[in-house]
Amino acid sequence: MLRKITLIAAAALAFMTGQAIAAPTSGKITDYDFSFEGPFGSYDQAQLQRGLQIYTQVCSACHGLNQVAFRTLGDDGGPGLPEEQVRAYAEFYEVFDQSLLEGEGDFRPAIPTDKFPDSNLSSAPDLSLMAKARAGFSGPYGTGISQFVNGMGGAEYIASLMAGYLEEPECALDGDPIDGFYNAAFSAGGYPDSCLDKKGKRTVPGSWIAMSQPLWGDDVEFADGSPADIESVSQDVAAFLMWTAEPKLNARKQAGLTGVLFLTVLSVLLYLTNKRLWAPHKNKE
Amino acid sequence: MGGIPHDHYEPKTKGEKWLHTRLPIVGLLYDTLMIPTPRNLNWMWIWGVVLVFTLVLQIVTGVVLVMHYVPQVDLAFNSVESIMRNVNGGYMIRYLHMNGASLFFFAVYAHIFRSLYYGSYKSPREVTWILGILMYVLMMGTAFMGYVLPWGQMSLHGTAVITGLFGAIPFIGESVQIWLLGTPNGSIAQPALNRFFSLHYLLPFILLGLTIVHVWAFHTTGNSNPTGVEVRRGSKEEAEKDTLPFWPYFVIKDLFALAVILAVFFAVVGFMPNYLGHPDNYIPANPLITPTYIVPEWYFLPFYAILRAFDQEVWLVIAVNWITFGIIDAKFFGVLAMFGAIAVMALAPWLDTSTVRSGRYRPMFKWWFWLFVVNFIMLTWVGARPAEGIYPYIALLGATYWFAYFLVILPLLGVIEKPATPPATIEDDFNAHYAPKSDEPKAVANPAE
Repeated sequence: MLRKITLIAAAALAFMTGQAIAAPTSGKITDYDFSFEGPFGSYDQAQLQRGLQIYTQVCSACHGLNQVAFRTLGDDGGPGLPEEQVRAYAEFYEVFDQSLLEGEGDFRPAIPTDKFPDSNLSSAPDLSLMAKARAGFSGPYGTGISQFVNGMGGAEYIASLMAGYLEEPECALDGDPIDGFYNAAFSAGGYPDSCLDKKGKRTVPGSWIAMSQPLWGDDVEFADGSPADIESVSQDVAAFLMWTAEPKLNARKQAGLTGVLFLTVLSVLLYLTNKRLWAPHKNKE
Repeated sequence: MGGIPHDHYEPKTKGEKWLHTRLPIVGLLYDTLMIPTPRNLNWMWIWGVVLVFTLVLQIVTGVVLVMHYVPQVDLAFNSVESIMRNVNGGYMIRYLHMNGASLFFFAVYAHIFRSLYYGSYKSPREVTWILGILMYVLMMGTAFMGYVLPWGQMSLHGTAVITGLFGAIPFIGESVQIWLLGTPNGSIAQPALNRFFSLHYLLPFILLGLTIVHVWAFHTTGNSNPTGVEVRRGSKEEAEKDTLPFWPYFVIKDLFALAVILAVFFAVVGFMPNYLGHPDNYIPANPLITPTYIVPEWYFLPFYAILRAFDQEVWLVIAVNWITFGIIDAKFFGVLAMFGAIAVMALAPWLDTSTVRSGRYRPMFKWWFWLFVVNFIMLTWVGARPAEGIYPYIALLGATYWFAYFLVILPLLGVIEKPATPPATIEDDFNAHYAPKSDEPKAVANPAE
């Protein structure tokens, strides 16, 4: 009875929640391998630093990171910049300080305790939580259980989006032109009728996105000579944005692991205690 | 407490006697902890302790979260993010609380299905059952209001959907909705956040109080057990053959189960804490943008499916609409169905006409029960699907079976079913699993059937 119910419940839970999370999407998401996937995964510091560089030189022109404080760039389990570098990095940004000019407020160079500024464009969403705010994996069979080994999938989404700007499919050339840029990973945008089949189903993955292609490959030059092709930079910036969304991931996994190990040992001890306690009543002595 | 004869607390020292004549609190705790408990309880009887633990976990983590949370529409979202980023261990506290809600509902569903299978709700335990349903409803209210607090996209638009349900009540609906939200135009803003925050903090303590009454009720009647046969109460010796004291036998057993469950729970919290959540709730609430699909948390999905099952194309809805001169429209019908689904469950003690308590001895009932479980899972699944294509029909089928189970099948089965004979005593049942003085020990003896 217990086993039946637990099994059914567990299967059901996996089944339906996976379904609940996986909003119907038609974007093409590639399952990249990231260092922070799985119970033992953690961020790759060098990758986060590369991602920060890409963010700084490309993304930050339009987008903001208003949840992230500059000081956290020096945190363990993050990009891990030395203190003086954090200080120097923050000074690149200007923040508005209400206390200046006798309460009038004015802009000043940022210090480590400040946060990254908001987006410069109202149409550009803040990127702090982007890696958690988009649906991740739904497999296998829509259960989403693969998250356990694959991570949330938000980073995959971002990397796929960055590398997903492809040439417009032929079907789109026939009909009325549509605003935006074709992206094979983006599912929430406009879609031309000429790319629908007779039943109204989409014939090409993705849709048309308002943002023009931000990364082309070789946009940045890394000091350590890491490759800067489009696939590499897409993954680097995706890893960085996963960190901005979940800066305590390393510590959380460690806490989870400690908890699981402790409770497993406790379970064994309690099991043995329970067995011994009941033995005389179960006529086993 | 309790009609089962057992030893009561006797104050021995002078100090104990002094306190006992003034406040018999030690005696109360002793009698509660040493309550005679049927010795044949299987592993489905562990969920009560899991539920108590989870309630305490939610209160403790919740109290800490409130120290850092700001219930203001422009700051709420950022304050939750600040907990995740700047509060020491805040990411664990918040994720424990968030996933704790799922553990709570998982355990309560297991607890409810155990009662339904073993007929725990039947006389004389109706009050325990009704209290339980009441607590379940309170849990749903608490969980719903807690989901609003981070003020993300799903918080806001989920609130719009749920409070919109009350707006469907004829005549008074609009007033009720305004009263709930606190804004004259029905917009979800600061007043709504404030009252949900207030109630989200209050209700768990009412739940705690009801927990005590719930335990009091079944300590008065005695626990139910897998045979449905009552503990013999003729003498203390007789009762002791059927029972063992709660401490240490069931405390250790329950703690073992709790540790196993928490190990799984910690794996979820540590390694996939957002698995059960919705990504849209990491987008700050924006009344101007409505998410494509508004999906409640998984534990509401079966009732969400029942709510949506009755649209204006169902003949029953059309008929009711016509008979009531349009007062009960499809929307209100759905609301009635959703609350009615819980109400019929509360009435199970009076709808179940069988003389045999436990489903273990009811050959026909078993099938219908497992169909009910499968149906529940199906409703949960279909609740997460968009209301288009074949899904509304599946939901309607599931909702119909839900009502049929309580209103038709349970009453009829008692009349047409020929139940098997349960063992005469709990002792017999226990000894059937653990034969006394048997030479070969039964290594695979499994009290969980």
